[in-house]
Amino acid sequence: MSPRAQAGLWFAQRMSAVVLAFAVVVHLATMIYAVRSGLSAAEILDRTRGNLPWFLFYAGFVVAIAVHLPIGLRNVIAETLGWRGRLLEACTAALAAGLLAWGLRAAWAVYAPGGA
Amino acid sequence: MAGDAGSVLKVSVWRSSGPGGVAAGDGRFETFEVPRQPSQTVLDVVTHIQRHCDPTLGYRFACRVGVCGSCAMVVNGEARWTCRTHVDKVAEGGRLEVAPLRNLPVIRDLATDMSAFFDKWARARGQFSGTRSRQEPFAVVEPQSEERRQVDLGIECIGCGVCYSSCDVVEWKPDYLGPAAMNRAWTLVNDVRDTARRERLAAVAGDAGCHACHTHMSCTERCPKHLPLTSAIAGLKRETTRALLRGEL
Ligand code: SF4
Ligand code: SF4
Ligand code: FES
Repeated sequence: MSPRAQAGLWFAQRMSAVVLAFAVVVHLATMIYAVRSGLSAAEILDRTRGNLPWFLFYAGFVVAIAVHLPIGLRNVIAETLGWRGRLLEACTAALAAGLLAWGLRAAWAVYAPGGA
Repeated sequence: MAGDAGSVLKVSVWRSSGPGGVAAGDGRFETFEVPRQPSQTVLDVVTHIQRHCDPTLGYRFACRVGVCGSCAMVVNGEARWTCRTHVDKVAEGGRLEVAPLRNLPVIRDLATDMSAFFDKWARARGQFSGTRSRQEPFAVVEPQSEERRQVDLGIECIGCGVCYSSCDVVEWKPDYLGPAAMNRAWTLVNDVRDTARRERLAAVAGDAGCHACHTHMSCTERCPKHLPLTSAIAGLKRETTRALLRGEL
């Protein structure tokens, strides 16, 4: 991977951090609200099903995680295990793909009418 | 004062144990007793050992006044310039432990091979590139300008390697350029006469360059010249990102 691409990864990680800072706060506030108001799972699903803004919010959250986390982990792996090159990039890409797939699946599951 | 005449320092000194005492890798600490003197520096102590206890001790120094940058060693766990480090300041309970700099191969005992350290200055495009010849008049650098101020902050590096020895990222990623090379690049990025800005930013970008820095600040804390190394690296991150977004990287 070229230094240019590596600099791009660094920038993508910083930008995704901005999204995460906002998304984590909204997510936590929502969780606290749901728990303190004693909402049941059915009541929560009632509010999320077919709710496009919520779906888009969580989809964005998932994308930010799928960008941010693998880049950070890529550094940790390179520093602690000494992996470089193809192996490292493949591992990073697989992690990003996995997080994206699982995350979007979860977001879809609470959005899709009738469940997924 | 702690350096009373008559008292004795116990000094553990790293000795490499290759054939004929030469070589890297393994080694062990050997203990010497050195009489305390007023205003004694760690370099004085090492010199005493070499002159009076064991003439085979290998170490390096030149100026003895904090200019040449050749005398750095790890003293009681921290990299320091030994010619300007007073024993009073660092000896804990009358004990000193002196070892070679970290992150560099040992040539012998306390002397490290600093080639990799300086090769990285070259790799960080640490050479000035100008346009004027000696026949032309001097270029004017505005002393009050922000660029010149940035250069002033970083220009006093003596190349001692203390920062490089103190940086964990250098240990984890041996190809990482390290703080001194990037500080050098930063002074040139801010040199209004220089013409190699683009290549230099490309040279310091990425995993082996400024983007690997974790902002630990050990380099800044330990630099004997108190240079703001971490903020120089942050400056490079900023400028490389700008270049990236403009498609110039
Ligand atoms: S601030 Fe950066 S260069 Fe300095 S010690 Fe920390 S990681 Fe190394
Ligand atoms: S930046 Fe400071 S610690 Fe590093 S080589 Fe220069 S003077 Fe020594
Ligand atoms: S001997 Fe020159 S800096 Fe210490």
